[in-house]
Amino acid sequence: MPKMTIDGIEIEVPAGINVLQACELAGKEIPRFCYHERLSVAGNCRMCLVEQEKAPKPIASCAMPVAEGMVIKTDTPLVRKARNGVMEFLLINHPLDCPICDQGGECDLQDQAMAYGRGFSRYAEEKRAVTDKEFGPLVKTVMTRCIQCTRCIRFATEIAGTETLGGVSRGEHLEITTYVEKTLDSELSGNLIDVCPVGALTSKPYAFTARPWELVKTDSIDVADATGTNIRLDTRGREVLRVLPRLNEDVNEEWMADKGRFNVDGLMRQRLDRPYVRVDGKLKPATWTEALDAIAAKLKGLDGKKIAAIAGDLCDAESMFALKEVMTSLGSGNLDCRQDGAAVDPKVRASYLFNTTIAGIEKADAILLIGTNPRWEAPIVNARIRKRYLKGGLKVAAIGPKYDLTYPVDVLGAGADTLGQFANGSHAFAQVLKDAKAPMLIVGMGALARPDGAAILAQAKAVADACGLIKEGWNGFNVLQTAAGRVAGLELGFVPKQGGRDIAGILDGTRKGEIEFVYLLGADEIDPSHFGKAFVVYQGHHGDRGAHRADVVLPGAAYTEKDGTYMNLEGRAQLAMLAIFPPGEAKEDWAILRALSEKLGKPLGYDTLDQLRTKLYQANKRFQRLNAVEPAFWEDFGHMGSMGAGSTDAKPFASPIANYYMTDPISRASATMAECTEAFVSPKKKTGTHG
Amino acid sequence: MALQDKDRIFLNLYGQDDWKLAGARRRGIWDNTKDILAKGRDAIVNEIKASDLRGRGGAGFPTGLKWSFMPKASDGRPAYLVVNADESEPGTCKDREIMRFDPHTLVEGCLVAGFAMGCTAAYIYIRGEFPLECKNLQTAIDEAYAAGLIGKNACGSGYDYDVFLHRGAGAYICGEETALIESLEGKKGQPRLKPPFPAACGLYGCPSTVNNVETIAVTPTIMRRGAAWFGALGRPKNTGTKLFCISGHVNKPCNVEEEMGIPLKELIERHAGGVRGGWDNLLAIIPGGASVPLLPKSICDEVLMDFDSLRAVTSGLGTAAVIVMDKSTDLIEAIARLSHFYMHESCGQCTPCREGTGWMYRIMQRFVRGDGKSAEIDMLQDITKQVEGHTICALGDAAAWPIQGLIRHFRPVIEERMSQYALRRAAE
Repeated sequence: MPKMTIDGIEIEVPAGINVLQACELAGKEIPRFCYHERLSVAGNCRMCLVEQEKAPKPIASCAMPVAEGMVIKTDTPLVRKARNGVMEFLLINHPLDCPICDQGGECDLQDQAMAYGRGFSRYAEEKRAVTDKEFGPLVKTVMTRCIQCTRCIRFATEIAGTETLGGVSRGEHLEITTYVEKTLDSELSGNLIDVCPVGALTSKPYAFTARPWELVKTDSIDVADATGTNIRLDTRGREVLRVLPRLNEDVNEEWMADKGRFNVDGLMRQRLDRPYVRVDGKLKPATWTEALDAIAAKLKGLDGKKIAAIAGDLCDAESMFALKEVMTSLGSGNLDCRQDGAAVDPKVRASYLFNTTIAGIEKADAILLIGTNPRWEAPIVNARIRKRYLKGGLKVAAIGPKYDLTYPVDVLGAGADTLGQFANGSHAFAQVLKDAKAPMLIVGMGALARPDGAAILAQAKAVADACGLIKEGWNGFNVLQTAAGRVAGLELGFVPKQGGRDIAGILDGTRKGEIEFVYLLGADEIDPSHFGKAFVVYQGHHGDRGAHRADVVLPGAAYTEKDGTYMNLEGRAQLAMLAIFPPGEAKEDWAILRALSEKLGKPLGYDTLDQLRTKLYQANKRFQRLNAVEPAFWEDFGHMGSMGAGSTDAKPFASPIANYYMTDPISRASATMAECTEAFVSPKKKTGTHG
Repeated sequence: MALQDKDRIFLNLYGQDDWKLAGARRRGIWDNTKDILAKGRDAIVNEIKASDLRGRGGAGFPTGLKWSFMPKASDGRPAYLVVNADESEPGTCKDREIMRFDPHTLVEGCLVAGFAMGCTAAYIYIRGEFPLECKNLQTAIDEAYAAGLIGKNACGSGYDYDVFLHRGAGAYICGEETALIESLEGKKGQPRLKPPFPAACGLYGCPSTVNNVETIAVTPTIMRRGAAWFGALGRPKNTGTKLFCISGHVNKPCNVEEEMGIPLKELIERHAGGVRGGWDNLLAIIPGGASVPLLPKSICDEVLMDFDSLRAVTSGLGTAAVIVMDKSTDLIEAIARLSHFYMHESCGQCTPCREGTGWMYRIMQRFVRGDGKSAEIDMLQDITKQVEGHTICALGDAAAWPIQGLIRHFRPVIEERMSQYALRRAAE
C-alpha cells in the first residue's frame, strides 16, 4: 500500500489505483470529462491535471498510477491555471446553447465551467460546427456540442462490444461518428447518453421534454427482463418521463438495457383505466362493484378443480401472493406462474436460479450456453460475460443458434443431441469444463420452455454433475430467466398444488371444458384460443392479448405505479417504489385481490400492504432480505412428476425472443420500441432502393 | 575549426559513391560487426553511455541511458527496436540522405543497437513520402539478409535478428514515438499516455525503444572507433558529429556533417555560402526545425550549435534543421504558416492541442494583417502557455514555441503591423 501526500494529507492508498482515485480517497475532488471508472483511461481531456512534486509539468491524474512517496497538490496556482485553460479550450468551440440543450442542469461541462472556468470568453474567432450523426431512434446527436472525450467510443467498444463508433479526421476536425452512416446496433446504446458528459448524445424520445429540476426521482426496479436492473424513475405529474440506471455493483453496475429505459412511453398507451365486463360478447365499461360482482357470480358454487390462475411476467410478489391465497380459499390448486411452460422444478431453488450470480460471472473461466441468446434475453448479464471475456482466458461455447454475443462463441451444435454428448462426457468441450477452475453453464428458456424442457433440464443437471460445475463455494448451474416476476412466483409457490394442474394442464382443461374459470394476473403471452369457453378474468395494466379475450377486465397498476417486491434471476429480492398513481380507476393489484376476496366472502387476512408483507415474509423469509442472494442447495432435481423427464427432441434450440424490443405489454404499447423494431430488427429485409 | 574528413561518419552523404553493399563495405560499414557483437550487450551500452551520444531526433535524450531502460532479461515477451524514420519536421532532411545514400549505416546500426538491447527485431517506420529512400533501404536490407549480415545467425554471431521496413502514410504526428508505435500496430496514429513507457510496454505490448535514424546509424562507428574518439568531438555532454540541414535564405542550401558545437555563423558561412546578401542581411534563424523558437540575428552572431548552448538562449537544437530568414521575410507570416502546419497536424486527441492550435493559428492570421490589439499579443502568449506542457505529447509544445519565440524577439514588429493596419482602417 503506497503512502502518498495529497495537499499535505498523508494517506495510504491501495496499490494499482491512479492518482485521481487517490485524490478522491483523500477527499479532494478532481474535475474530469474523459475519465470514467468503468472505461479504459484515455487521458485526453486534460481537465484532471494536478501538480506532482519534482515533475516538470502537471500530470494527468487519471492516467498516472500511484507510487510510494508521491507528493500531489491539487489546489495550486499552476493547477488552477491548467484547469482554467482546459476549460477555456473546451468552450471555445462549444456552442454554449445551454438554454436549448437537454443536458442543461445535469451537464458536466456546465457544472465544471461554473466551478473552474472564467466568467467570460476571450475567443473572438469563428466557431466550429459539426454535422449531426444518425444514431437511430434512441440516441439523439448534436455533435457541435461534442468535446471529443471519447467516452462513447470506449463504451461502445469495450462494454457494448459493438465497434461502430470511432473518431475520424484529426485536429479540430476530429469527429465522433459511426464511420459509415449506420445506426447503433446495441441493446445498451442508452448508456451512451449517460456516459456523455455534455449534450452531444441525448435521449431522442425524451428530447425537449423536461428539465432535471422539474422531475421527481423514485427508486425502482426494471421489469423489462429478469435481471432486476436498479433504476430511477423520473416523473413529472402523472407521467414517467425517463428511466435511468442506479448503481448496483452486484446486478447492473451502472448500466441498463435499452428496453427498460425507453419503453416507458408504453406506460401511457393502451392502458386499462376502468373495469370492463363482457356483455353480449362485447366488453362494456363497468364499475368496480359490477365487475367484482360478475366474478363472484361466476365463481359461486364452482368447484375449485374447475378454477385456475395464471400469473404473468411482470407481476410483483405481493399480488401473486394475494392471488395464491384467493385461489387457496377457493379450493383450487391449479395455478402457475410459468406462462411459457418452462420446465424448472419449483421445489428445488437451484433448478431455476442463476446460481453463480451475475457478479460471479467475473470469476468464471469456461461458459456453456444452452439454448439462450443472453444478448437479447438479459443484455446486462451478457455485458458481464463480455467484461469477463475482456479480462482474458474465458472460453465460451454454445448449443443453439449462432448469435453475435459481442464475444467469441464456439457453436457446438444445435440442440439436445449435442447436450447429450456432454452428459456422457464424450464431447471435447466437456473436458474444457472439467479442467476449468470455475466452469458454468447457462440454460435459457429456448431450451426449457418447450415440450421436452424437463428432459433438457435433467440433461443440463447431468452435465453440471458430470463436468464438475458444482464445487465447494461455486455453483456453475444457471438458468437464465426472462420474466421479471418469474422467480418470485416460483419462490412463493405460485405453482400447481398437489394434484393441481400446471400451465399445460390448465390450457388442456380449458380446451376440454374441464376448467371453467381462469384468472389471468397480467398474463399476456398465451394464445387466447386455448381458453375455449372458459370464463376469463384479466387483471393487468395494458389492453394486450389477455384483456382482449377476457370476460371481466380489472385495471391494475404497472410496476411504476405500485410498491412491489421483485426477485431477479439470482433470487435477489428488491423493492420497487410507487412513482406515480395508476391511471383512472385502476388500483394497486394486491388491493384489487383483497377487494375481490371480500366479495367472495373469504376476505384475505390483511388490510394494508404492510400486513400483506408480514404474511409474505412469514411464508418466505427471502422476500424480507432485500438485495441479498441466498445460495441454493444443490439438491436432486431433473426427474419431475407431472412433466416427466422423458426423452429429448432433436429439434434445434431457438431463443424465445423474436424481437428484443417487444416482449411484454409495456414494450408492445411503446411507440419508441416500435421504432426500434423498425430500425434494428426488420431493416434486414430492406434493399438499397428502399424508401 | 571544421570537422576533419577523418572524423566523418557518413562518408556518402552526397551520393557520390555506391550506396549498395559493395560500396558500403568499401567505406568500412559492416566491418567486423561480429566483433562488436562479441563484446556483449552491456559493453555496447556502456560504450554508448561513455560516448555521451544524445538522441538525434530532437529531444536530445542520452541514448545509452535510454537503452539501459530496456529489461536485462526477457519475461517471455520479445523486445523490439523501433527506428523512427518518419522524418517530417519542416526543414529537416538528414535521415532522408542517410537512407538514400548510406542505408547500410542504418541497417548495421539496427543490428548493433538491437543486439545491445536484446531485441529480436527492428521495425523501421519510414515516412510515406520517401519512396526512393524506402526502395533503397529495402534493397539494403535485402542485401544484408542475402549476405547473412542480418537474419538467422547475423554476421555469424549466432544471434538471430530481423529488420522490417514499414511505410507510414504521411502524418507528422506519427513521428512522435508512441503515435508511431500505434500506427505501426495498424491503429490510428495518436500518441499514447506515458507511463507506461515504451521500454516497459511498447510495440505490440512488448518492451521497445524508439530511436531516430541518425542515432542508430552512428552507433556502429562509435563502437568501432571508440567512445573516446566520439566524446572528444564537440563539447562535454554535447559530443560527436551531427548532420545539419541548412535551408532558407542562404546562397547554397545543404546538408552537412559537422562537429557539435560549431558556431551557427561559421556553419552557415563555411558550408551554405553565407546568408543571401551577407550576414548583415540576416533577420532571424530557426536553429532546429520548425518546432523550436526562432533566434534574432543578435543571438545568431555568437551562439554555438549544440543542445545546451541553444537551450541557454531559450531555443533548442531540435533536429538541427537550420532555417535562415533574411530581411525580406515577413516573420509574422512565416510563423503563422508554421501555426497552420501544427493545426493541420494535430491529432485531435487532447483538448489543449486540438482546440489551441486552431485558435493560435486564427489569431496569427489576423496578426499577419495587423488586425489586432497589443493586448491580444499578451493573450496569444497566454494561450501558448495554456497549451504548452498540458498535452499528451510534445506537439502542443512544438506549436507553442515558434509563437513564443516570435513574441519574445519581435513583438515590436507585430505592434508596428497593428498600428499601420489601424491607420489604414482609419483612413478608409
